[in-house]
Amino acid sequence: MAKGLLGTKIGMMGMWDKNGKYIAVTALKCGPCSILQVKTPDKDGYSAVQIGFGKIKEENLSKAEKGHQKKAFEATGIYVRHAIELRDFPDAAEVGKQLDLSMFAEGDRVYVTSFSKGRGFQGVVKRHGFGGGRKSHGSTFHRAPGSVGAGTDPSEVVKGKRLPGRQGGKKTTIVNMKVVRIIPEENLMLVQGSVPGAAGSSVYVYQK
Amino acid sequence: MIKTQLDNLHLELINRPLDFQVGDLVKVHYKIIEGNKERIQIYEGLVIAIQNRGASKTFTVRRVSFDVGVERIFPLYSPTIEKIEKVRSNKVRRAKLYFLRDKAGKEGRLKEIKKAKPSDKMFERAEKLRAAKAAAAPAPQPAAAE
Repeated sequence: MAKGLLGTKIGMMGMWDKNGKYIAVTALKCGPCSILQVKTPDKDGYSAVQIGFGKIKEENLSKAEKGHQKKAFEATGIYVRHAIELRDFPDAAEVGKQLDLSMFAEGDRVYVTSFSKGRGFQGVVKRHGFGGGRKSHGSTFHRAPGSVGAGTDPSEVVKGKRLPGRQGGKKTTIVNMKVVRIIPEENLMLVQGSVPGAAGSSVYVYQK
Repeated sequence: MIKTQLDNLHLELINRPLDFQVGDLVKVHYKIIEGNKERIQIYEGLVIAIQNRGASKTFTVRRVSFDVGVERIFPLYSPTIEKIEKVRSNKVRRAKLYFLRDKAGKEGRLKEIKKAKPSDKMFERAEKLRAAKAAAAPAPQPAAAE
């Protein structure tokens, strides 16, 4: 992981590209992120920087967390809510330095990671795309999973069998999303396509 | 705050006022790209519907060419539309003139009427935002990205 930013999903909209084609884009508010910690091979065994994003009230931080952010706070005046580590950060890094969207350019390809919307406990039709049975015409089989395997031999259900269960709410990464537009003065970035999660949820945008 | 930001992005796309109404005869000048050549074609017809969908507002234009009814739906704020010319206004009592599809020949005639230019509050808001932005930063932003 070379460079990246933390941010929030703003929402989706449509816009026209250069050829007059209508495309779907997602607006992300990314950065400014402050560097909280610089890790070096000598001291920590590997090279990385830890960046933080978002605001949190001082009283909501534990003493240990506050101590960890002390140096960055002196530079920026903000205690951050979210933090993430970037391995092998390419540019010069020092604690308290602010990172913003200038690290990306329009036309770049980025990875976007966030948590998908939680769907709760779902059946096989929604969760795995099973066809289900007929709704009418005397059918008694509607949305049930059906047979889960053979009988006495092997007398167990195969591991990995697709069954009902919790869906969504998982960390999901969308790869190679195209950066359509960057508005640096508002810390906004438009990427083509959709990003997992609800509007307002936090996202992590990075390049490898 | 999140909502305002998305709202402002939408407003940026609004590049022309809605200065015609349902029932108007319009000429739509739209760009056609053939290979690397670009030319403008005119489509003339009656506006039978306007779908209000914010920045993705569209309007439906109906014309009868060679005895065949043709309807085209144009996105109002599409950059491929060069301009929209109003030819004449007609008296209509509905917002959607789908009943005209069943009218043949002289049945579908409408009475001409002089109408005042309709106000477009969304365009006004978009202009206001653009003016505020221009005042804040003199460098103009490119409207359409790659």
